[in-house]
Amino acid sequence: MKKHIWGFAATAVLAALAAVPASAHRQWMLPSSTVLSGDDVWVTVDAAVSNDLFYFEHQPMRLDALKAWAPDGNEAAIENKATGRYRSTFDVHLTQKGTWRIASVSDGVMGTYDLNGKTERLPRGTTTANLAERIPAGATNVKTAESNNRNEIFVTVGEPTTTLFKPTGKGIELVPVTHPNDLFAGEASTFQFLLDGKPAAGLPVTVIPGGIRYRDQLGQVDLKTDAEGKVEVTWPEPGMYWLNVTTPQADGAVEGAPPPVARRASYVTTLEVMAP
Amino acid sequence: MPLPYRIVLSVGASATLAVPALAADPGTMDVTIAIPRLKVAEYHKPYVAIWVEKAGAKAKTVAVWYDHDMKANEGTKWLRDVRQWWRASGRSMSFPANGITGATRAPGTHKISFTRAQLGAQAAGQYTLVIEAAREVGGRELLRVPFTWPAKAGAGGRAAGTTELGGVSVAFR
Repeated sequence: MKKHIWGFAATAVLAALAAVPASAHRQWMLPSSTVLSGDDVWVTVDAAVSNDLFYFEHQPMRLDALKAWAPDGNEAAIENKATGRYRSTFDVHLTQKGTWRIASVSDGVMGTYDLNGKTERLPRGTTTANLAERIPAGATNVKTAESNNRNEIFVTVGEPTTTLFKPTGKGIELVPVTHPNDLFAGEASTFQFLLDGKPAAGLPVTVIPGGIRYRDQLGQVDLKTDAEGKVEVTWPEPGMYWLNVTTPQADGAVEGAPPPVARRASYVTTLEVMAP
Repeated sequence: MPLPYRIVLSVGASATLAVPALAADPGTMDVTIAIPRLKVAEYHKPYVAIWVEKAGAKAKTVAVWYDHDMKANEGTKWLRDVRQWWRASGRSMSFPANGITGATRAPGTHKISFTRAQLGAQAAGQYTLVIEAAREVGGRELLRVPFTWPAKAGAGGRAAGTTELGGVSVAFR
């Protein structure tokens, strides 16, 4: 009987751990354009969580954690925010030349504890800062996993710049070898990924071209970061691509196993590949 | 050995205007660009960029024809659609660009001339003149015409477009 309860609890934790963007539904932001010219430049972005890319058919992405940065490093205004039934949308007025970053970053702690013979889940919104107060007195068998989820896009007015790529040292971050706004079909691009500021070796990288609804094959490319955290992608065709990097699922993450006490991090970006 | 030749000429032609044209080293490139007349419901004159490439050197823009006279410089919004030029050179420039910016041109044949200095072709060697046209609600086409400098007077190369550009030819004088 006891074993049975334990199994149930573990399933719940796994479900919670899986509730990051890496699960069945894909979270994405789709900019109207990533390569821009002109003097009075705007970008408008759709943001949603869906199965297909890039169709809004499931849930809008929440914009609570959304921020934008200008090429000079200052935080920029997000304008005309709206969340509808299937998607959110917003604008950014690109008042400087160079590369802008628009990101939704969420950090949290997931986990379980036992209290009065029952296994409870940590509530939503638990962070490292409020973890202590969310675990009631008398709780035992506390198992936690910190999670850092980053969903970001880049747009460039004029010449691409790299001032906004200074790593924060938290979660998975992209370091350009190839600039993410300088991608062309038929060319190979290299990106480096850091986990907590250090090169992230052996992380799975998934690349899926948009337009899934109008083709039979998903076209997913599965890659793995090398010892330096680098991955090379050759773009078969122009278009928008969804790129996802996650920390791997813990070994033995099967039903009935104890919940992994581990680091969870995910990274999502949308990349525009231009026609040569 | 151009010197004796020049002396003979100057004696014979008595320093007429024809002399520089007959000199051995051409100093000017004439580019002839045909913009085809297209039968489409909505026609806009194409944006055209002309630039020079040389292996190992930064691309040099020599002409950009776009809607340069719109209010608030709005015509620059579509410059990125001339996408190979935008990547090679345009994105690091500011507009309007002195001596480079020009108005869009109507279908027909257009001649435009560049000095060797304007082309950024001071060093001897192989160059490529690239002409790219992109049309609002239309297509895009890019043509390459290789040339060498120092050039020989006369025809210097040609290319023919199929959609957004007609024939392009280069001659030196």
